[in-house]
Parts: sequence; C-alpha cells; structure tokens
Amino acid sequence: MSAHVTAAHGAAHGAGAHEDSHGDGAHSYAIHLQHSRLGLWLFFISEIFLFGALLAARFYLWRDDHGAIVRPELDQVVGLIVTGVLLLSSWSMNMAETGMEYDDRRTFSIGMISTFILGSIFLVGVMIFEWGLIPFPGYTAHLKPWDGAFGAIVFGMTGIHALHVLSGLIFIAIVWRLGRLGHYSGEQHWGVEACAIYWHYVDLVWIFFYPAIYLIGHAVHH
Amino acid sequence: MTLMSLGLVRGLVGQVVGTLIGFALIIIGRLLMGYDDPWYAEGAWALGSVFGTLGFLVGVGAMDDWFQWMVGRFPPIHHGPPKGKPAWTRYFGVDYNHKIIGIQYGVTSLVALMIGGGCAVVFRTELARSGLQFLSPELYNTLIGIHGWAALASILLGVGAMANYLVPLMVGADDMAFPRLNAFAYWINVPAIMLLLGSLVMNWDSGWTFYPPLSTRGSVGYQLAFYSIYMIGLSSILGSINIIVTMLLMRPKGMSLFRMPIFCWAMLATSLLQMTATQTIGQAVLMLSLERALGMGYFDPVSGLATATPNGDPILFQHIFWFYSHPAVYIFVLPGLGIISEILPVFARKPLFGYRWIAMSSLAIALVGFLVWGHHMFTSGYSPYLRIPFMLSTLLVAVPTGVKFFSWLGTLWGGKLTFPTPMLFALGAISVFLIGGLSGPVLATVTTDLYLHDTYFVVGHFHATIFGGFVFPFFAALYFWYPKITGRMYNETLGKIHFWLMTPAFWMMSLGQMTVGTMGMRRRIADYEQALGGMINDPVTVVRDGANVLISHGLGKVEVGHIIITIAGFTIAFSVLLMIYNLFNSLDVGELAGNNPWRSRSPEWQIPSPIPEHSYPTPITVVGEPYDYGLAGSTYVSMTPAPGGDD
Repeated sequence: MSAHVTAAHGAAHGAGAHEDSHGDGAHSYAIHLQHSRLGLWLFFISEIFLFGALLAARFYLWRDDHGAIVRPELDQVVGLIVTGVLLLSSWSMNMAETGMEYDDRRTFSIGMISTFILGSIFLVGVMIFEWGLIPFPGYTAHLKPWDGAFGAIVFGMTGIHALHVLSGLIFIAIVWRLGRLGHYSGEQHWGVEACAIYWHYVDLVWIFFYPAIYLIGHAVHH
Repeated sequence: MTLMSLGLVRGLVGQVVGTLIGFALIIIGRLLMGYDDPWYAEGAWALGSVFGTLGFLVGVGAMDDWFQWMVGRFPPIHHGPPKGKPAWTRYFGVDYNHKIIGIQYGVTSLVALMIGGGCAVVFRTELARSGLQFLSPELYNTLIGIHGWAALASILLGVGAMANYLVPLMVGADDMAFPRLNAFAYWINVPAIMLLLGSLVMNWDSGWTFYPPLSTRGSVGYQLAFYSIYMIGLSSILGSINIIVTMLLMRPKGMSLFRMPIFCWAMLATSLLQMTATQTIGQAVLMLSLERALGMGYFDPVSGLATATPNGDPILFQHIFWFYSHPAVYIFVLPGLGIISEILPVFARKPLFGYRWIAMSSLAIALVGFLVWGHHMFTSGYSPYLRIPFMLSTLLVAVPTGVKFFSWLGTLWGGKLTFPTPMLFALGAISVFLIGGLSGPVLATVTTDLYLHDTYFVVGHFHATIFGGFVFPFFAALYFWYPKITGRMYNETLGKIHFWLMTPAFWMMSLGQMTVGTMGMRRRIADYEQALGGMINDPVTVVRDGANVLISHGLGKVEVGHIIITIAGFTIAFSVLLMIYNLFNSLDVGELAGNNPWRSRSPEWQIPSPIPEHSYPTPITVVGEPYDYGLAGSTYVSMTPAPGGDD
C-alpha cells in the first residue's frame, strides 16, 4: 500500500520533483497527510514516556513510612473545576474540527474560540489557585515547589502539563487565524486536525494526572 | 560573502544573545518579586541555556520556514547550494538535503569524538602513575564527565550521520519525510555541544551519571551539562520519528520490509528505542535542574516539610536515568551491528546468512533492552527481590546477540574474502564486540557483580561493547561509503595502518582495564594506592647526609597496568587522527573511485558518486533479494522507470 502510494507520488511529480507539503494537488496532499499523521502519532507515543516517568515518580515518592500511597491535601473544588473546564474544551475542539470538515467556518471559529477560552481558564486557574503564582484576594495556595516530594511532584506534573496546554493554546491561536484567512478546506485541513488531536492528547494526559494528584491515596497534612 | 552570512556564525551569535536574554529574564523576575539580590546563578544558567539554544536555532535559521507557516506562507524547499554563495557554505548553514545533513552529522560527530577522546587522553596520562601529578580531583571528575557525554554525543551524532545519509538512499526515498525537522534535529546538537564545552569551564564533578545527591549540590556547571544533554536527547527523538516515517511510508515499489538493506532494520529498532526511552533522560536532567534551581525535592532525601510528608529519593533518579541509559547502549550498538551485517556479504561475496533472523534479533534486542535497566543498580540498595528478574532479563540479551554472531560467521564461512579497510574494521568490530559480550554475563550475574560493580572491570566491558558495537563499525562505514560520498578513494595504506594500530591497542586497553579492575582498581577515582594489587619493585631509599632520600619510586602491579592502558590509549588517539587526516586529505588527492568500487548490490551504489542533488532521477523498483551475492543473474533493484498506468 505504502509502496504503491509512494511510487505514484513520484510519478505524479515527475523526475526529481521534491514537492512541498503545501504544494500542488490532492494526491501530494494525501501523501503528506499520511506522513504527518504517522509523525504526530509517533510523537504522542514518545510523550507517553515523558508523562509516564512523572507518574512513576509520583507513585514512587508519595508513600508514607509503611509504604501506603498518600497524597497532599489539595483544594478539591479547584481540581474538579479545572478538570471539568478542560474536558469541556475537548468537546468544543471536536466541534471546531467537525465544523471544518463540513466547511462550516462559523462553527469552526466558535469552536476554536471556545476551546481557547476554556484552555486559558484551565491555565490561569492552575496558575492562580494551584501554584499561587498570581495573588488572588482571600486565597492562599497550598504548596510551594520546595515543599518536599509533595511540592516537587505537584509542580512537576502540573508544570509539564501546563507547558503542553500553553503550546496548545498558541497552536489554537495560529490555526484559528489561518482558518479565518481561508487556508483550510473541508478536504484539506491537516493543521486543524493536528491541533485538535494534540489538544485531545493533552486533555487525555490530564485525565491520568488528575486522579494521581488529587484522588489516589489517603490525604496527609502538610 | 560576509562572515554573518554563514548560518553557523549567526547561530553562535544568537546563542550568546539568547543566553543574555535568559539572564535578563531571571534578573527582571527576581527584581519584580522583591529579592534584594537579583542575580541567581542556578536559575540564570538554566534559563540562559534554554534561551541560548533557542537563540542559536533562530540565528542559524532552522525555524525560518516554520515561522512562515505560522503566518500562512508556505515557501517551497530550496534545493542546491545557497544562491550567490560558494557551494561549501551549505555545510555551514541550514540545508534540507538529507545527504548534506548526514555529512554535517558525521563531521560534528568527529569533532565531538575529538573532544571526548581529548579528555580521555588527559586523564589517562594522570592515571599512568599513582599520585596526583597535574590534575586536581575536581578537574579530573569534570573531565571524566565531559569524556562520557562528549563521546555519547559523538555516538548519537554518528548514528544520526549513518541514518540520515543511508536510510533514504537504501530504501529508495527522495529524502526524509520531514526535511525541515531533519535540519532542526541536526542543528540543535551544535548549541548543545557549546553548552557541554561551557560546562567544562564551569566544572561539575559527578561523572556522566549525575547521581544525586552529589549532583544536586556543587558548582553551577551542572546546569549547562543538563541542558546540553536535554537538547541532544531532543535531537534523538525528532530524528528517530523522521527515520521511522521515512522507512515505513516512503519505500518504492517492491521494497517490502524484508527486502530492505539490513542496516534499515537496525535503524528501525534503534529509532523505536530513541523515540521512547530518550524522554526519560530528558525528564531526569530536567528534574535535577529544577531541584538545584528551585529546591524541588525529587531526589534529595533531606528536603522535607514535616516528618509525616514524603521526601525525595536518590534511587528514583537511578531508575529514571537507567531507563534511558541502558537502552541507550543498544541505541549505540544496534546501528553498528547493522553496519557489520551490511559490509560482510559485500566482501565475502556471499548472501547474508539468516536475513530475517538478523532483522528480528535487532527488534528483540530493542525489546529486551527495555527490561534490563535494574542491572546497573544491584549495589544501589533497591529492593533485593528485583535483582533476580533483572539478572535473568539481562542474560536474555545474549540470545539475540548470539544470533548476530552466528549469522556473521555463517556469512563469512566459505566466502571469497577480500580485506580492504572497511572489511578489516568490520572483522575488528566482531573481535572487540566479542570481548565486550563475553565479559557481560559476569556483570549481569548478581553474585559476581557485587564484587566487580565499581571497578575498572566495568570500564573495560563497557568500552569493548561500545568500540565493538559502534566505533569500529562506524569507522568501517566511513571508509566503506567514503567513495560514494566524495567520489574519491581514501588512502588504503593509511587505512590499513589505522586498523593495525587501533585494533591491537584496543584489545590491550580493554583487557588491561578488566585486569586492573579485578586487581581492585576502582573507577572514577583520580588516584590510587601504588601498592594496589601488590608491588613489583619496592621504593628504594638511601640515607644520605642523615636524611632518607628516595632514589626509586618503585612500581605497583596496577600501576603497570595503567601505564600499558595509557600507551594503548595514546595509540588509539593517534590512529584516529590518522584516519581524520586520511579522510580530509583524500578529498583532494584520492583516486577517482567510480560508481561502485565494492561491487555492492545496494541501490545507493548504482547511481553516480558523489550522489547528485536528487539521488534517484526516477523511482527505483525492487525486483529481487538484497544479498544474493554470487547468484548468477540475480538483480536487486531495477533503475529503469517503472511502467506507467498503474495509477
């Protein structure tokens, strides 16, 4: 199958024509879509090991003297709200991608903007209430990074995840703008697809991180 | 043409500017947060390293096209030398052709090899006699750490060189799947090497393994070393994704997976390891950096809030570190073993023995490689019940490795052997890898490892596996593909001198290291007791003018071992310089090699040397088996255009 496509790919572009990913014709696009999809999914497999190492560190370190799994006492309301917001954002992202598939620019735009807003709420929520990075009247954050293994792991896991959310937000902003400029169509919108599956992936990671940080084990006063 | 038109120069300027921006961010941040002292070296060098690398990449232009994409412009890929500049300048700037990138990787690899080897020569000289002669213990430790990482960087770059240059040619692809990502993955190595050199100036004394709690304290050079390694790892990850996509999706008609040249299988297994395991070394050094800069308690057992809350654990670092650093060994040797399998049939004029077994053994080594990291930790104090499973999984590696050895013997058996330099190095590699392989089970077995763990025996074993698995095959590959890359032949006499100097010297060095190890010589120690292992000649003193005067220092048995190892080390270093001279000198004076001096069947040898900008003018078609040497009338690839009308 791949051999067939690549041979045809060479034929379609004549001798030595190294085309570009945004060049000519649906055929070239289909081949590059195939490459890009595999590349992105391999990147996701790679990142599993990054997030996996963090999860492993969490379950390795967060234990009491008897070896039982523990967790710090964190604000459950904050955790639940940011998790809910992030899950909602995956839904709006799916709306945007489906909109583009049907060439429905308006749904695409609403979906992208909603995802951006929800993602920003998640990020700012973590920064204010979980990290205490931005002062908020009447609220003090629980942990500092230097507070033993609790602080280290909470900030490490949420920090690496927040970096992915931030890059996702930048990705969304760029794709939304390119979409407004008319760079995508119902048939050709790899940028939107990549942005959407990246966002779902970051969301999925949080589904593993949330219980690991907030729920599993018995809470220990710090 | 001005100096600033060279990408490399712009990149270095960008790295300086980026580093200063990193410093400034820390200073401004601390002023905003109300600190009295705005300068904080740990944070400044950490952020400076990251921004410096970004600055280099922006300066060199590795991200230019991506910035264009962001604003909706999609420039086509430029082919050929840069406009209005001499052709050689393309090697010093961003170029998207995989052959150029392969050569860039290769030359950078040799530069890193000289840095790593240079450090080794310096501290080997120090070790030749007992007592400290000219190095301080701190500098000695820094040098062994830099030796380790510069050599590992050199190996990863060498793997990148072979993968980039050879894989697209061997599978018959136009180029790599993602040419821009390919250039990015190469260029990120250059600022990383600069960071490593910077860390040499600023000192870090834990050796290459960075074990905490030592690495969580001490001089700030650690931060530079951490981010150097982080960036080299990032290059590995991006490069391996590129290789896998190229190999899986860009093969022409008839090139089924089991008809690929065998090196491609080795690179597939390597890339799967690189793509996944490398994340954990990045995470390990990032955690160390954060622990040093922000006091985050991952690994230091004494940084706690209250007694009831958990603290860090240094063993955790060893788990995360070795989860990469053991598979890393297979990342280094699998491509080299692939090169041996690639070269032997050409010079034996016989089919490769057991093609599918070799292909599968590479994947098996990669798979088992994930399950053995704990054998580095038998003495670390982790749960004793983990020892036996890790011992068994480690011994299991011998099975697929043995498959490769028997295949090589089967390939050589009854062949019409000739011995030009590449063949000599392939055979030398087998002999050296055998030394490394046979000393492996001794260390994999818990009972013997408990005694040998921190001795020079490990150093001897490790260097034999890496030289046999990577360095010798890499040199074989350099000599073998040199006529294809340059169109000229290297000097055969100098090549043979290189081989006959390096191989016996290496045997002596490796076996010598194992011997002093069993006599009690510990590794990572700047000095040793002269009487270690017993004395050959005792020191002689005479009483002269009422005082004891030393007239002979005497000679210890371990000391003799170190003298032999040092002489062997210098011989190896000299022979490598001879090779580098040979390769550069032959660019001008080498005889014209023709298209296929080795009579290889692989597709890259069926096109002109040096290879034109677009390797294959028309898609190739694979019509036969790759290694049917000596079979009358057999063909591997057909270069005529494929018949049209099938799509």
